[in-house]
Amino acid sequence: MSFEKKIKILKEVCVGCGFCVKVCPFAAIGMKSKKAVIDYDRCNLCGACVEACKFNAIEIKTLERKYDHASYKGVWVFCEQKKGEIQSVAYELLGEGRKLASKLNSKLCAVLLGEGVKEKAGDLFARGADIVYLVDSPHLKYYQDDPYSKVLTELINEFKPEVLLSGATTIGRSLIARVAIRINTGLTADCTGLDIDPEKKLLLQTRPAFGGNIMATIITPNHRPQMATVRHKVMKEAAVEKGRAGTLIEKEYKDEILSTRTNLIDVVEEMEETINLSEADIIVSGGRGIGGPENFKLIRELALALGGAVGSSRAAVDANWIPYSHQVGQTGKTVCPKIYIACGISGQIQHLIGMQSSKIIVAINKDPDAPIFKVATYGIVGDLFQVVPALTKKFKQILGK
Amino acid sequence: MNIIVCIKQVPNTTQVRINPETNTLIREGVESVINPFDMYAIEEGIRLKEKLGGKVTVMSMGPPQAEEALREAISMGCDEGILVTDRAFAGSDTWATSYVLSQAVKKIGDFNIILCGKQASDGDTAQVGPGISTHLNIPQVTYVKKIESIEDEKIRVERMTEEGFEIIEAPVPCLLTVVKEINEPRLPSLKGKMRAKKSEIRKMTAEDLGCDFDKIGLDGSPTRVVKIFTPRPRKGGEILKGELSEIVEKITGELKSEL
Repeated sequence: MSFEKKIKILKEVCVGCGFCVKVCPFAAIGMKSKKAVIDYDRCNLCGACVEACKFNAIEIKTLERKYDHASYKGVWVFCEQKKGEIQSVAYELLGEGRKLASKLNSKLCAVLLGEGVKEKAGDLFARGADIVYLVDSPHLKYYQDDPYSKVLTELINEFKPEVLLSGATTIGRSLIARVAIRINTGLTADCTGLDIDPEKKLLLQTRPAFGGNIMATIITPNHRPQMATVRHKVMKEAAVEKGRAGTLIEKEYKDEILSTRTNLIDVVEEMEETINLSEADIIVSGGRGIGGPENFKLIRELALALGGAVGSSRAAVDANWIPYSHQVGQTGKTVCPKIYIACGISGQIQHLIGMQSSKIIVAINKDPDAPIFKVATYGIVGDLFQVVPALTKKFKQILGK
Repeated sequence: MNIIVCIKQVPNTTQVRINPETNTLIREGVESVINPFDMYAIEEGIRLKEKLGGKVTVMSMGPPQAEEALREAISMGCDEGILVTDRAFAGSDTWATSYVLSQAVKKIGDFNIILCGKQASDGDTAQVGPGISTHLNIPQVTYVKKIESIEDEKIRVERMTEEGFEIIEAPVPCLLTVVKEINEPRLPSLKGKMRAKKSEIRKMTAEDLGCDFDKIGLDGSPTRVVKIFTPRPRKGGEILKGELSEIVEKITGELKSEL
């Protein structure tokens, strides 16, 4: 089918209200003689106009194919482990996965790959898994793209899950992207909301795009499994039910499935006094207003008192006051902790993109017009060199440190 | 060393605003730029060429206007540009996009390293780089923050993780996606700009690439967007006033339940 026939304005139905022109994220619709006209060079067939048109005057036609989904059952969670420890994002996904499984009336299953991790299956049952698929092998001790993607592909092909979730971490985003291509199915990245369409029983995957300016809900209508990576810290961890039992299914694979072309030579942990950004429930960040690298001490002390992590704006990283791994924002990390305390950060849009989904934002800045105050739950206009130490002292008192 | 850099032209997301009345994106006055992460991929490609010789081919899939992005990359020092463009590609999700780009790589043929930015700033999926390497069945390393060494047959890189980094050795050819820490992109030189102006951008269509039409565009994409909406904008809260001690009292009181 030619592209022109794929999307069509029904001229006799279009009233020329122009609403589609406004909703098009690609500026691909114009008005001509009071009717909407598509600019085919810009149109990306995203469908925003179809949904927005109150008169059903826009049609997108897609090829109808028949698929058999009946053999695909169960909600799977890929449970990532590092050094044999299950990562907390897996528990969050088991929490969310349980809700989806109930709505689909199917089982919640966990996939665990590693070496000497069999005993951890019990933790996954306790967090709600009905079945744990375990592959235990020295080749899987650390995450490596080749063996992990081949093993997961084998498991999916054999057991056919309906839904597969993974954390949108450096492991999840590398792994699941490869698996989706191998098994020819859809994948939605970095979701912040999941649900099941009550009628069609499809996974509704909602995620931010355009720097968080818009949200998109995405489905995988015809391919299985429906796969999503999910942002860390958004979903609530599954509660622990001690002694809860389930079915353990262990699989072994031949060397060709477990082989790798890349070699992991070394793992270097950049140890900090504070915990890492992506795991943190509380983040204290410093920006240009800190004045110099030595003053990050104040930020670190507050983070330590709160058991949180240290973040920074791009300005502080570019000035070499703190390593890049601490940068929050568009070219750094996206975080959504419970509490984000921004100290001496003006709040450029690039920074806001990375932290505006935090639950509570506290901003400390001497400039009352700083844009950070527009998103702050609590704003303090003042000198951070006085405010931050005072907060540290008080929190220490409260927390008995 | 022949290098292919894959780039995307994106709207400058930092300029995108929401019209509060209609709750829709305002795109007027929003310029198109090279995806910020791709700038690091371009720079790293040029550096590898300067060190080892060879050629850097920059490639983009997109509408005709994406040619500007390719010219900018050439002005920085890439040797040639390829625009993969066809209306039949419209509606491609990351599966279909990475398929098309992998077909283009096969068409180019001779390469040692493919470089991509870790993700694009409009879609933020980070899926196209790994998608290309999987379609081509070559190894990948994602989130590369440093190339430690490179020889004819192998490359040693540092891969950024949540806790620090990993040192990984990969065979060549392979695909790398890079993060900001890897380098500082150069500005185009005047000479580069002149050359970019005169360069011929090769165009490739779905037919040129021998694409299977069932695997491209909307029909070749497993995912569908069913709804696009604007999140409720975050509202500014309370500005705390008064003596420092009162403010500290108030803040710690409010946050106590979250600790």
